[in-house]
Amino acid sequence: MSLGVKLAMIFLTMVFVDNYVLVQFLGICPFLGVSKKLNSAVGMSVAVIFVMVLATAVTFPLYVYLLEPNGLGYLNTIAFILIIATLVQLVETVLKKFIPSLYKALGVYLPLITTNCAILGVTLLNIDNITENGYGFLESVVCAAGAGVGFMLAMVLFAGVRQRLEEAQPPKPFEGLPITLVSASLVSLSFMSFGGIIEAIFNG
Amino acid sequence: MGKFSTFSKGLLKENPVLKLVLGTCPTLAVTTLAFNGIGMGLAATFVLICSNVLISALRKVIPNQVRIPAFITVIAAFVTIVQMLVKVLLPALDEALGVFLPLITVNCIILGRAEMFASKNPVLDSALDGLGMGLGFTLALTVMASVREILGAGTLTLLPGVTFQIIPQSVDPFGIMITPPGGFFIFGVTMALVIYLEGRKGRKIKLEASCSSCPAAAGCPGACEGCDGKGGE
Repeated sequence: MSLGVKLAMIFLTMVFVDNYVLVQFLGICPFLGVSKKLNSAVGMSVAVIFVMVLATAVTFPLYVYLLEPNGLGYLNTIAFILIIATLVQLVETVLKKFIPSLYKALGVYLPLITTNCAILGVTLLNIDNITENGYGFLESVVCAAGAGVGFMLAMVLFAGVRQRLEEAQPPKPFEGLPITLVSASLVSLSFMSFGGIIEAIFNG
Repeated sequence: MGKFSTFSKGLLKENPVLKLVLGTCPTLAVTTLAFNGIGMGLAATFVLICSNVLISALRKVIPNQVRIPAFITVIAAFVTIVQMLVKVLLPALDEALGVFLPLITVNCIILGRAEMFASKNPVLDSALDGLGMGLGFTLALTVMASVREILGAGTLTLLPGVTFQIIPQSVDPFGIMITPPGGFFIFGVTMALVIYLEGRKGRKIKLEASCSSCPAAAGCPGACEGCDGKGGE
């Protein structure tokens, strides 16, 4: 399998089959908290994609070239969360100074991202992927981008569902969050149908 | 507030999962087997007690501006300890929880209690609060996991190897309940049940993913729904 095909397969698998929100349950808080309006859903997702790719691009070499050779692999949780926190702060400052228009669009979502488990999750899972699937730097970054795009897809789809829910009149105890979770269950069910499709396409 | 109510409020009255809607990711992800729910809950309880105690002891030393990174570092250190312990003592649990064990670091319950309680209260109160909240988390996870396992596999696994057959094997289990959609569904129904029971007692609660105990509230820009950017207080 050529590298391009392998990368495409990783990307599509992360978007559809192993969708972070709907299948792996990472990043549920922003999924429930910020998906009410379409434009905030898109803004949050773009910020997540950006930070995910950046965080993976930094943590992967750090683990492979610094922590692992020195027998410090067990420190990855502490090291990664600190890097993510610093990175988010750095991105915020740089955007504010140099690209104020982008800062205006994404800035409000950045503080929420430090404690978003999808970001720490993707960096840690990519480390597992080194031994399990033989991922290199390129594969890891593509995997992070796919995870981010999958997050965006779930957020955007669900923002549409939630706008319909506004008008709906569920039984009293189900109002608010419970009916939102039940609808999330149905959206998640529809994603289960992607299982196996990607492999079938690429492996014929 | 008495010492006992400091401890007991986390169990039901302010249950972190069912009332405050915190820590939803592990609640949905690991509750496919009753034992995983118990294990995850106890691991988080250990981290919560230790981090609450240490943060409370250091509350006058940590400068206000850098308190969130300081809290995260303390929590991540205890999570690393738990990770190592579980890997040695209960390898099966380590396998089952996977990435959600290190992800206790960013569990909103732990950072939320550090920010809301431990950074303002003495050590003993913070330890009791951590114990109560942790056990409340464990309780919610165990209930969710038991329901999902009984419906989805027909069994109940309280310890590794100790499995009870609840629904006879001749009945086909609802396999969907231990898949991701089943997780969302059972969580939604459990929450609706809590609201219904509270409503019958004359208390009205409306659950929203609120920021009343959101750890990001301090630097909150008001991005979530229903949030005014003032930390919900």
